[in-house]
Amino acid sequence: MKIRQTRYLTQMVAKILIWIAAFFTMAVMALIIFQVLSEGLPVLSPGFFLETPRSMGREGGILSPIIGTIALTVVAIIVATPLGIGTAIFLWEYTREGRISRIIRFGIGCLAGVPSIIFGLFGFVFFVIYLNMGWSILSGGLALAAMILPTVICTTEEALKAIPYSFREVSYSLGGTKWQTVTRAVLPNALPGIFTGIILGICRSIEETAVVILTAGSSLIIPTSLFSPVRTMSVHFYILAREGISMEMAYGTGATLIILVLLVNTIANWLLNRYIRHRA
Amino acid sequence: MVIGILDKQVKTHSKVPYSSWFLLSLLLLSVAVGCQRSKAGITVAGSTSVEPFAELLAEEYMIRHPQSHIYVQGGGSTAGIEAVRSRAAHIGMSSRHLMSEEKDLHAVMIAQDAIAIIVHPNNPVNDLSLDEVKQIFSGKISNWVTLGGSSRPITLVTREEGSGTREAFQKLVMGKEEISLESLVQDSNGAIRQVVSGDPYAIGYISLGLVNEKVRAMKISGVEPNLSSIQEGKYTLVRPFLFVFDGEPTGEAKAFLEFVMSPESQKLLSKEGLVTILPKSSGG
Amino acid sequence: MEFKEKFVEKILLLIAFSSITILALIAFFIFGEGIPLIWKIGPKSFLLGERWVPSQGSFGILPMIVGSFWVTFGALLLGIPLGLACAIFLCEWTPPSIGMILRSAIQVLAGIPSVIYGFWGLVVLVPLVRNFLGGPGLSILSGSLVLSIMILPTIISISEDSLKALPPSYKAGSLALGATHWQTIWRVLIPAARSGIVASIILGMGRALGETMAMIMILGNAVKMPSSFLDSARTLTTNIGIEMGYASGEHRQALFATGVILFFIIMILNSLAIILSRRRVS
Repeated sequence: MKIRQTRYLTQMVAKILIWIAAFFTMAVMALIIFQVLSEGLPVLSPGFFLETPRSMGREGGILSPIIGTIALTVVAIIVATPLGIGTAIFLWEYTREGRISRIIRFGIGCLAGVPSIIFGLFGFVFFVIYLNMGWSILSGGLALAAMILPTVICTTEEALKAIPYSFREVSYSLGGTKWQTVTRAVLPNALPGIFTGIILGICRSIEETAVVILTAGSSLIIPTSLFSPVRTMSVHFYILAREGISMEMAYGTGATLIILVLLVNTIANWLLNRYIRHRA
Repeated sequence: MVIGILDKQVKTHSKVPYSSWFLLSLLLLSVAVGCQRSKAGITVAGSTSVEPFAELLAEEYMIRHPQSHIYVQGGGSTAGIEAVRSRAAHIGMSSRHLMSEEKDLHAVMIAQDAIAIIVHPNNPVNDLSLDEVKQIFSGKISNWVTLGGSSRPITLVTREEGSGTREAFQKLVMGKEEISLESLVQDSNGAIRQVVSGDPYAIGYISLGLVNEKVRAMKISGVEPNLSSIQEGKYTLVRPFLFVFDGEPTGEAKAFLEFVMSPESQKLLSKEGLVTILPKSSGG
Repeated sequence: MEFKEKFVEKILLLIAFSSITILALIAFFIFGEGIPLIWKIGPKSFLLGERWVPSQGSFGILPMIVGSFWVTFGALLLGIPLGLACAIFLCEWTPPSIGMILRSAIQVLAGIPSVIYGFWGLVVLVPLVRNFLGGPGLSILSGSLVLSIMILPTIISISEDSLKALPPSYKAGSLALGATHWQTIWRVLIPAARSGIVASIILGMGRALGETMAMIMILGNAVKMPSSFLDSARTLTTNIGIEMGYASGEHRQALFATGVILFFIIMILNSLAIILSRRRVS
């Protein structure tokens, strides 16, 4: 009798502790988001999004950082997506075991673990200096592409894995070649998984700061070409907050970032759900 | 089920998107390596102390010349000087004099800046001698009680190694003494100001132009750091703001330089707390 | 037709090698800049030297290695119990509605830029630590607290996945034998999901070691060996981040050398994670 009581006592204690932990986590997250949003939302206005920063960022809006963020993300995605999908296709559809596959997977694993500051260092010394691209959207975008590549590869491969072999079987039996099978039978059905990877890549590009500062610079004006230096919202937030230039603007930028993250997450989930429902 | 798959095959759009993705990225890459410095405008890179002022002036310049693009960049005095040498930037910003190995470059002083020793506004200590500052930052004096304040350890805040501001501070204040390794290190003037404004027992140094109501600039041997005491030569913690060029400035860079040296720009800088280089009285 | 297929396969092979190429380039450039310096001043004095004063040519990174270790350790100390608890909560005890909120919360937490965490830590945590615990506030403690929040999503999601991947027979069997729910979780499920959980911890550790921006804002970046959690410190990453913009010549090489060390440490950790998660599958 005693023993059973102890067991249930332990369970009760454990349950309480775990509930506390879970709510503590939620509370902290709410706290952080609430603080930034509450100070930042009042700052947001159409003008905030459409004007460029003036007077070191004390006045005006955040148009150029917004453009910068979009530009860098677009370049990173354009470069990383074909490379990522191609690699995943190669790894899953063409070779599975074997030395080549193992070497490539090792490379991907290593690349995935490289910390962002190292990408920043690499981007600086390779794109900015060695290839003489200078601080530019191109340098930043390429560095970011290298960073998100493993993510795109892994999620695409998972998506390819999830497609039953029967799909490929049917295509082959109808006389399709390997490439035709991949592009017409497998890939279209793997699209939701691939989108997930792309969206994860987008999230990572948006939030990355160290890499961007070292490769794309921190210019405040609207970029005019791929070779212009540019500032992203994260970088803008960092500089504003650190230099104490304008807390108001910093909070506004922070709020925009949080809303952007929420938006991207929601869209991603909605896309996923819709596609799953569409197929079911 | 076979029909279903055939359906998908029919409905799927052609393979064109995939290969065009690939070609697009190849194109991007070749464009990148091919035509490199094809952007219009000039890059001004270097000292983070000079940066906000250069940005302000660039803004004004671009209002007057809407076709121009001036990209201002931080990175530090040393990085800026190197950027000029390696052609990554057209103009380098430096908050210290050129070192001997950098003397092959062409430097123009655009303003002077004073270094202010700052503390929290509530700090009772108001006045220090230069020697006391040196002893504080080298760690020899480590408690405010020695200076007439409450018995609390002094929190030192300094800039990072390689910063022009730190080097100027080292040269003007520390001399041969090393800044204590216990000091907190922040990577910008603004960050130091932030730390000091939040910690009643902290002491740091920033550009005089950046002192605001959140911190207080210390008097040095009775001399209050302001425009007149600097121009009269009484306040000695002064360093140059330089624009550095690879050879004689030409084109847009020259135009910007001339703008920066013009009376109205200098008035703007003076309003922001810098010391202009225009001869107003002796010792400027 | 046949030719096109072969051609396509060759192209894909080339594309697949892009990751290796990038990795090789990174290694080449970073090692190329860093290793000569380590060689010049000697690995022992680089790794074990306690003085980092670039202006005098002293490049010892021991304080930074120790700083990285303490900050990461602190973050894990807080992050692992919290993370595991949330994973268990999500897996076993959550009513579906709260579970959904918590999961989306974690997704959002994962996407928030690290600079925002750093800023929040600076504005909220640092004054708290300074006023209630002493010291400058900018300290290892503050850094660990913020870092633990940042690695929570990693630990939670991977641990939860591992727990969910367990065959339901484990749980059913244990309950059938009369164990309480908690006993089942603690003594059967967690040990069974052990390799996945450990992998998540190691990945969290990698993330913690690699964090730069938030740590620059919160740690204070003093260069001495930290002697308490309330001391300011500098990690390998912040060392690079804070001085990179300004460095040249030997100083810059030393920063790349710091990157080399960081690279190695994280590679070892990640290989561990890969090995461990492979064991989970078999």
